[in-house]
Amino acid sequence: MKKNILTLAVGSLLVVSAFQSCKPKNSSNAVSGDAAAKTYVAPGKYDEMYNFVSGGFSGQMSCYGLPSGRLLRVIPVFAVDPEKGYGYSEETKPMLNTSHGFIPWDDLHHVQLSKTNGDADGRWVFANANNTPRLARIDLKTFRTAEIIELPNSAGNHSSPFLTENTEYVVAGTRFSVPSDNANGDVPINTYKQNFKGYLSFVGIGKEGQMDIAFQLECPGVNFDLSRAGKGKSHGWFFFSCYNTEQANTLLEVNASQKDKDFIMAVNWKKAEEYVKAGKGKKMPVKYAHNVYNESNHTATSEIRTEVLVLDTKELADICYMMPCPKSPHGCDVDPTGEYIVGSGKLAALIPVFSFDKMQKAIADKSFDGQYEGIPVLKYESVLYGEVKKPGLGPLHTEFDAKGNAYTSFFVSSEVVKWNIKDLKVLDRVPTFYSVGHLCVVGGDCRNPTGKYLIAYNKITKDRYLPTGPELAQSAQLFDISGDKMQMILDFPTIGEPHYAQAILADGIRKNQIKFFKIEDNKHPYVTKGEAESKVVREGNKVHVYMTCVRSHFAPDNIEGIKLGDEVYFHVTNLEQDWDVPHGFAMKGAINAELLIMPGETQTLKWVPDRVGISPFYCTDFCSALHQEMQGYVRVSPASSNVPIAFSLGTNLPKDEAAATK
Amino acid sequence: MRIIVVLASFITISTFLTGCGGGDEKKTEGQGGVQGAPQSMVSDPVSYDPKRGEGKFTLESLALPATIDASMAGAGQSLAAVKCTSCHKTTTEKLVGPGWKGVTTRRAPDWIMNFITNPDPMIDKDPQVQAMLELCLVRMPNQSLTDTDARSILEFMRQNDAAK
Repeated sequence: MKKNILTLAVGSLLVVSAFQSCKPKNSSNAVSGDAAAKTYVAPGKYDEMYNFVSGGFSGQMSCYGLPSGRLLRVIPVFAVDPEKGYGYSEETKPMLNTSHGFIPWDDLHHVQLSKTNGDADGRWVFANANNTPRLARIDLKTFRTAEIIELPNSAGNHSSPFLTENTEYVVAGTRFSVPSDNANGDVPINTYKQNFKGYLSFVGIGKEGQMDIAFQLECPGVNFDLSRAGKGKSHGWFFFSCYNTEQANTLLEVNASQKDKDFIMAVNWKKAEEYVKAGKGKKMPVKYAHNVYNESNHTATSEIRTEVLVLDTKELADICYMMPCPKSPHGCDVDPTGEYIVGSGKLAALIPVFSFDKMQKAIADKSFDGQYEGIPVLKYESVLYGEVKKPGLGPLHTEFDAKGNAYTSFFVSSEVVKWNIKDLKVLDRVPTFYSVGHLCVVGGDCRNPTGKYLIAYNKITKDRYLPTGPELAQSAQLFDISGDKMQMILDFPTIGEPHYAQAILADGIRKNQIKFFKIEDNKHPYVTKGEAESKVVREGNKVHVYMTCVRSHFAPDNIEGIKLGDEVYFHVTNLEQDWDVPHGFAMKGAINAELLIMPGETQTLKWVPDRVGISPFYCTDFCSALHQEMQGYVRVSPASSNVPIAFSLGTNLPKDEAAATK
Repeated sequence: MRIIVVLASFITISTFLTGCGGGDEKKTEGQGGVQGAPQSMVSDPVSYDPKRGEGKFTLESLALPATIDASMAGAGQSLAAVKCTSCHKTTTEKLVGPGWKGVTTRRAPDWIMNFITNPDPMIDKDPQVQAMLELCLVRMPNQSLTDTDARSILEFMRQNDAAK
């Protein structure tokens, strides 16, 4: 009976796969017997690698262990996260401030780990917001968002957050060209060609990771899609894929697919730096937010900046060159040597590989094929190293291993194809389930890739997991690429739509983890260092509660004298000084989330009571055997009441007993 | 059926390879070690000295003078206000943990120093602490005290006990 069921299951699986894909499949389709051994991480044991995965339209970044595919943490970045109080506590609200005001959500697309000498160094991971253009930096000592900067003159920051090889710059580009922020934007939409521009931002990164827009490049109005920095010999250059060079403003599906070739734009950013030094930049009045979280006072601040330096790439020669690339290029990926730039035309049936050396020669020889909007166009043949013929349909992204191989994802033919960079021959192909978008090889964009695993981030999940109504889990698939043939070894679900992801050996990050914040170093203006300092202070209609928590009580836990019309701020300090002892704080009826306060930290919940009565609060994060006792009461009186402010812990005895002891 | 057998044997092998510990396997820091009662069942009570506890301090290394250093005790009192007195009163009254009055007569000074700087292993091994845990039900947290912090707090406890 069991055998029958198994045969049936295997049989139906085969049938399903046969139906789902149009490519012929070989035996690599089946998961071989050692997959379980390769992905099994025993209870209590650690994974070998961290995998930082974009959470797409969840606005967050997720962190998985590899090879187990276990979810380790969701890091809130561009969207509020009530679980962690992110965007709800007074301290974190400024992180989501923009020139438009507080925005609770965005669409996080790509991630990139900071680099030293072209290799991931585990200090920070960057992310881009695609909707309201922003960049974020996450500190990998705390796995928290440390900084967010908005990008002026931009719309749809997609070709981002890619970094130069020593983390000198993180770039941002505009996917939707628009009139510049200080131009009159009240123009007919069909004046795209006259009025719309594309701006690329080069955001400088300081020693402590702090981001500052060094300059913007004003470029022709097209859609900038993805980008990658040169490395090694091509360090000093950046490559951006461009589509909609037709400059269509409607029905782009058709109208932006007219030309046989669009471009990969090569940017000489060292040249741009020279122009900046020579004072060739123009200061443009704009408005953008810069938000920084300070771990010493546990508080974020948001500053609105009002100026950006712009270089006009039409006027200033030798910054930008266009390399023709077939059919609406998406990925433009640079191999570990820095010599080869792989363009991936979304609608192409071949992969062009460009040569950096040939590009340099073509520029020196002025081997131009005219201009595009004032930017020289290099001849395709003069910059092309070669084409990978018949690799599959709809190439999107390419990553690399340390053995001279490239791995390209194919959306339309739903597969990953391994090919050799030197001879451009296809070596292996494996199906993905289904329709892979981004892919990640461990260290696959570095000068020294780690290899070992490849993860495919799929756009369609369909039947891979138990069904959950119309909305399904997003899906990733892990492949062992240590041998000649790629081998699928695991499926694991992800949050949001996983766009790009990166992976890194765990050791470099694990050893830097902050386990708690030292209470001695807490510089929060409303910190309460010890129960003796806990108090309630009225300032007009604002009431500040200086509260502590420890296993398992709050101090104070009885508060009276709050009146309707008051704004109450609970500044809760967690006095614990040990790893993994957060306390939560939740208030009945608060139009807000909870606080989740790490040991040694202070966080603030704003509560505006809306009715007279007794309102309880409690600890939400199970902290000890007496966690269920960790609670308190606030008495809310009418606005006209003269109940005085009173607060206590353990001394507000039952009325009759108190009388008896007197 | 065969597939099941093959899979099962792989799992068995991998468990065998990674699971036996000891021997040639190096124990990686932090992996597999969880705080909590089960650990006490595997710990070796023979090597545990209930008089001085487990930690870096000994009576010799402490070399306590007979007199109390008032300024050190003062520093200890301020530290205790931040890190200790949420749970411990300075009287005999139990709050979350036992009151401090008399603690320096109940316990040796090296035991106190070891316990407040290294609580988890002692909660797992010390019979008296385990008896106390049954009353209090909250494991005393590691409050991340430096050696100097701990010594000041001990001085404050001594001062507290000396006071009538």
